[in-house]
Amino acid sequence: MSWTWFHKLASPPHAYRILGSLAPWFGWASLALILLATWWGLVKAPADYQQGDGFRILYVHAPSAWMSMFTYVVMAVAAGVGLIWRIKLAHAAAAACAPIGASFTFLALATGSIWGKPMWGTWWVWDARLTSELLLLFLYLGYMALRASFDDPQRADRASAVLALVGVINVPIIHYSVNWWSTLHQPASVTKFDKPSIDLAMLIPLFLMIAGFQLYFGWAVSRRLRGEILRRERNANWLKEAA
Amino acid sequence: MTAVRTPTLAAAKLVFQRDMTLAWRRWDEVAQPLIFYVVVTTMFPLATTPDLSALRVIGGGVVWVAALLASLLALEALFRADVEDGTTEQWVLSGQPLGYLLLAKVAAHWVLTGLPLVIMSPIVGTGLGLPTSVWGVLMSSLLLGTGTLSILGGIGAALTVGVRRGSVLLSLLVLPLAMPLLIFGSRAVSMQMDGDSPAGPLQLLAAIFFMALSLGPIAMSAAIRISVEN
Repeated sequence: MSWTWFHKLASPPHAYRILGSLAPWFGWASLALILLATWWGLVKAPADYQQGDGFRILYVHAPSAWMSMFTYVVMAVAAGVGLIWRIKLAHAAAAACAPIGASFTFLALATGSIWGKPMWGTWWVWDARLTSELLLLFLYLGYMALRASFDDPQRADRASAVLALVGVINVPIIHYSVNWWSTLHQPASVTKFDKPSIDLAMLIPLFLMIAGFQLYFGWAVSRRLRGEILRRERNANWLKEAA
Repeated sequence: MTAVRTPTLAAAKLVFQRDMTLAWRRWDEVAQPLIFYVVVTTMFPLATTPDLSALRVIGGGVVWVAALLASLLALEALFRADVEDGTTEQWVLSGQPLGYLLLAKVAAHWVLTGLPLVIMSPIVGTGLGLPTSVWGVLMSSLLLGTGTLSILGGIGAALTVGVRRGSVLLSLLVLPLAMPLLIFGSRAVSMQMDGDSPAGPLQLLAAIFFMALSLGPIAMSAAIRISVEN
């Protein structure tokens, strides 16, 4: 079997073309799915017997929390590939992921705290998931700050790749330590809902929304990666010929 | 004629001794983190309340946060002088495993900044109302925690060695990674104070320390190579 098609993916002009033709597919599909899931989640799904309509923010909160972690793993894998095989395009992909992941993390935090106000009676609770999400945001910000502080793009790529890999090893440790910390510190003000198994009618739009967010991620990464390629290859001949 | 290579352990020992000698000649600089540590912990009673029974509740946490910040202070300059005068370049070319040499340097740094913090902590803790019964746990948790922090900080310092105004960046990189240490360390102290066995968090701290000890040198040498090679 020939692997030429696979190796070609690492070439900037080729990747630039492929991403350009993929992006609209990702974009339109994600728009359709998100609209469908929004309608399903806000209109068709029944209200929760305890939380009423307030639970519906879940359809933004849970997918963005999932995407915040998913993006970090994608970023770390891309950084590892770039570091090990010295593929510049993989570094560019990691760079493209970071702001998207940070935005998802921020969205998850914001929606979580908006949900917390009516449910818990306070904007912020030192709940395990909120806290580890906040730490994840710090990791993203540190990664972006490190990347921004180098003048030499190659050094920025490789140094931030090492940081992404150190971070991805630490994420589970942070997650479990925060979990453990919170079960010991559980404040009394937090009403613990008994965990009802979530109804299928509520679950279907959630899955649709997650799929929509994944496709949105595909669209955003394609667009950002194209931008990264343009910025990095601004003096290359193939770009001058293409322009 | 075959070149005779110094055994790795001897080379690491030389690095360690060199750093100790250098520090001995500038001991006033070495003492700064320790003074910072004492000053920071003094601010908490002033800012909150001088009531020892109220301070006791947050005492373990305050000691831990102050120790984290103090050991970050000196980290920024850890590799800078050596990278600038070319010493690190010679290490990379020497054929010695770079990770071990860097680990020796971090070990020297820990002896000079981490260990004094550990020794000072009972005195600082007493000022915050911690009973003598927690001294052992406080010191052993800090012993494991500052060790891990020196290695984590070593990775951060190696990454930011060529960066302008690296000290803020270094804190931004290292502090989120150090959160588990803070959680387990201060939990161990407060569990001991409540009469529970602190074995769980201490064992977790030890596990994290050994993980950092085994994986940290790899990350450090990768980061130093990036700084030196270009």
